[in-house]
Amino acid sequence: MTSLDLAFAACGLLAVVAGLLAVTTRQVVHAALWLVVALLGVAGCLLVLGHELVALVLVLVYVGAIVVLVLFALMLTRAPIGPDLAHAVPWWRRVLAGLAGAATTGLLLAALLPLAGEAVERREVANAAVATELFGTWVWPFEALSVLLLAALVAALAVSRGAGVDTSRGGGGAA
Amino acid sequence: MIHLAGPYVVAALLVGLGVMGVLVRRNAVLLLIGVELILSGSLVLLVASGATSASRWEASSILPLFVITIAAAEVVVALAVILTAFRLRGSIDLDEPLDERLIAPPRGPRSAPASRWGNQSGVGASGGEGA
Repeated sequence: MTSLDLAFAACGLLAVVAGLLAVTTRQVVHAALWLVVALLGVAGCLLVLGHELVALVLVLVYVGAIVVLVLFALMLTRAPIGPDLAHAVPWWRRVLAGLAGAATTGLLLAALLPLAGEAVERREVANAAVATELFGTWVWPFEALSVLLLAALVAALAVSRGAGVDTSRGGGGAA
Repeated sequence: MIHLAGPYVVAALLVGLGVMGVLVRRNAVLLLIGVELILSGSLVLLVASGATSASRWEASSILPLFVITIAAAEVVVALAVILTAFRLRGSIDLDEPLDERLIAPPRGPRSAPASRWGNQSGVGASGGEGA
């Protein structure tokens, strides 16, 4: 065990415990807030692995944007304050979901753990090299990604606007 | 010096938790939390692949950035669909059976319910193409 192993274990434990709470808590807003803690733990893991740019982008985009979007969606769908009794699931479904998750984990561990050998030296990832490759080799995928973001923006707008027009028309017809 | 078993265990646990979250939730917004956990597990695995040996074209740093961006786009579209479904159905319960009025009615004898919902069949068809 080295200091890097200990730091990674701490961040990984934080991520896994917060993730477990995020999927099992019955309070909907708490689930989104535990997701923040889990993602911060994952960002810590990436930092320990030496990819600080990815860790910072993860915090910026996931914690800063996606979780805020999820919280807004919870508010817009009138999430209850307190336990979510309207969406309660029976105990056997929880057990079955836990079994499926455990089976997935076991399968991945069986596939991945034989690949992990002895302790190896961590590579230093230079941000300048990442930027050079991103705007050199990867520049066309990068541009395609910006088109994808624009398409997602327009699609979200079209989906929400088109339905609003239809409901008003349908409501007018019914009245 | 670092052992690679740690990232592998964390990635496997995160993906397993995400699968559990996707299967156990009935609230459509909370289903996305499970999806995010699965994606973060894959991020840990991608980064771990480049943490020890040199990766060609720095793919271990850049592919996670692409995954994060695509996940953001996916969440935006998914939340738009969920909010639209909430406005049309009044609930985001994934177990609730589909309202019969929202299914495109067959043409012919059931023209009366079809006229009540106007162009709903056309909208449903275009939505299917978009998906």
